[in-house]
Amino acid sequence: MTGRTRLREVKLTLPMAPDMEVVASQAASSLANFIGMSPDRVDEVRLAVVECCINAFEHSRSADRKVDITFGLLGEGEPDTLEIRVHDDGVGFSVTDVEEPRIEAKLRGSRKRGWGLKIMQGLMDEVKVLSGATGTTVVMSKARGGRDGER
Amino acid sequence: MTEALKLTIDRRDSLAVIQTEGYINNQGGEEIARVAYDLLEGGCRRLVLDLTGTKIINSIGISILIEIIEKMLEVEGKLAFCALTPTIEKTFHIMGLAQYATIYPDRAAAVAELAT
Repeated sequence: MTGRTRLREVKLTLPMAPDMEVVASQAASSLANFIGMSPDRVDEVRLAVVECCINAFEHSRSADRKVDITFGLLGEGEPDTLEIRVHDDGVGFSVTDVEEPRIEAKLRGSRKRGWGLKIMQGLMDEVKVLSGATGTTVVMSKARGGRDGER
Repeated sequence: MTEALKLTIDRRDSLAVIQTEGYINNQGGEEIARVAYDLLEGGCRRLVLDLTGTKIINSIGISILIEIIEKMLEVEGKLAFCALTPTIEKTFHIMGLAQYATIYPDRAAAVAELAT
């Protein structure tokens, strides 16, 4: 996704069970720290991973009820970007059918949820969703120093 | 297992502060809503959610906070947040919550503003 060399890879398989998203977020946090991200950016990665896992847990309709998470440490010589792939073997969905959530509509409507993708896009540098009949893979990445070198 | 969210309530006339400690997920959000609605029933119209002890939150929990904002708007009350981590504050801005509930740096600032 970023065109950088994949220096290291860490894999984790988690059951779709209560609070397992926190376990995924702790692994993400450790690896983001490992590549030298600032604490605020580590926190953003952590929350994005929580959202990504919850989306898979709630919407994938996966028969095996697990997610496979691959953390890639990318860079040239030393890792400077964390890439996270979250895959489920669910039924997939059409990305173009996902409605952009708006707070005004959520306040008036009965369905308050549906924020996961928007939050991930707001917190990570890049987010890509690949979905089909064999499941969904969300690929997201965040650089150590950010898009504009912020923080 | 993550520990259940702990809440501390400080009520002063029609203003109340709910301080959270722990993960605001669906159960945590529901617990905050239960306490907030009890306070509303009791005549409280100004509510501060002090997230000093919360470092992680998810969108299910935040969706329940949106329900609380909706209820506060219905009764023409005021809801404010304070002591958010930078990431939680950024997330609230991404979602647009900050348009309907003011965010203050700390409890003193929130209470001072809502008490007037």
